[in-house]
Amino acid sequence: MSDGHDTDRDHGHEHPKHELSYYAKRIYAIRDLLLEKGVITDKDIQCQIEYQEARSPANGARLVARAWVDPSFKARLIADPKAACAQMDIDATSINEFVVLENTETVRHMVVCTLCSCYPRPILGRPPDWYKSLNYRQRAVNDPRGVMREFGLELPDDVEVRVHDSTADIRYLVLPVRPKGSEGLSETELAKLVTRDSLIGVMDALPALPPT
Amino acid sequence: MTVTFEDRPGHIRTPWYIRGKTGWIECVHGDFLNPETLAFGRDGLPKRTLYLVAFNQADVWGKSASSKDKVLVDIYEHWLTPA
Amino acid sequence: MPRGHHDIGGLPGAGSIDRTEHELSDWEILADAVNQALGAKGVKRTDEMRRAREQMDSVLYRDMTYYERWIASIETILIEKNVLTKDEIDRKLTEFESKWGKA
Repeated sequence: MSDGHDTDRDHGHEHPKHELSYYAKRIYAIRDLLLEKGVITDKDIQCQIEYQEARSPANGARLVARAWVDPSFKARLIADPKAACAQMDIDATSINEFVVLENTETVRHMVVCTLCSCYPRPILGRPPDWYKSLNYRQRAVNDPRGVMREFGLELPDDVEVRVHDSTADIRYLVLPVRPKGSEGLSETELAKLVTRDSLIGVMDALPALPPT
Repeated sequence: MTVTFEDRPGHIRTPWYIRGKTGWIECVHGDFLNPETLAFGRDGLPKRTLYLVAFNQADVWGKSASSKDKVLVDIYEHWLTPA
Repeated sequence: MPRGHHDIGGLPGAGSIDRTEHELSDWEILADAVNQALGAKGVKRTDEMRRAREQMDSVLYRDMTYYERWIASIETILIEKNVLTKDEIDRKLTEFESKWGKA
């Protein structure tokens, strides 16, 4: 266990360990010491890896697709998001406080954490690299339309853009506008239109395919 | 409400760009343990009330791509004073 | 006290958003899991970790990658709380490096 080799636990992309950076190497030493001292166990670590891998934007997509087809679910999702998650068997219990921001034809929301990288991880999993980047954290609050433009979303001036800087324990999820022309789609098909980036608010949901 | 303009030391969750700016309370999130003291191993009590405070972009940056645009920040009561 | 190096909302000079995403390396997944496990066990709080990153050297803060900053703050907080010492970590790492070999 203490030899620094992890082949039986590898889950990600592996580098030869002697090529790792200073801090990358140190986490292996820290991990082994914590195990030796009984501060955490191997099982604790494995549980966290599995917990994280079970979480993905698909959870958010399911919530949104259901909200689009079922008005009473949509109302519950906005009024009590944790209860709505429980109804869909999505475990949101570790979120302290969870708020859903509804986009409309006249209002779009965008979420950032300028101070670090707070993100609704228990629902969506790990944030994308760009969300954690210094450029996004700097620009989201004073140039949200410029950021949206980079993601392909151009909004007219009469649409209000509301940027939320999640500085405290509140975690925000954007409820995108249902795409026009999607009336005939099933919930499963609708969920495919809900991208991770639309749940953060830098873009809208994908357009519905034109009828063939 | 106006956000206190101060460069307090320690672990502060009120971003620099919003200090000294005036906005309005959109909603009350509730009471939470104080991160400023939690960050130093203390128990975070007494809880502080957290507000969602909205600002016109133009008021924060002096300009805005659209006059309708807003920035909203979760701010603790002890950083707010009536404007 | 000057503006913290982490407190960057609205700072000028930011470039375009790089949307490339990388598959996490083993060490990043491990850092993430160790961080979460320590939190779940009540050994440390997220607020303490954030504070540790805020107190880091500013040049390092901007140069380090996301998970490198996490590992640095895990180490700082564990040492601060006397869970581990820097010597222990250094010694353990020296043991590993002799097994991992050099490039």
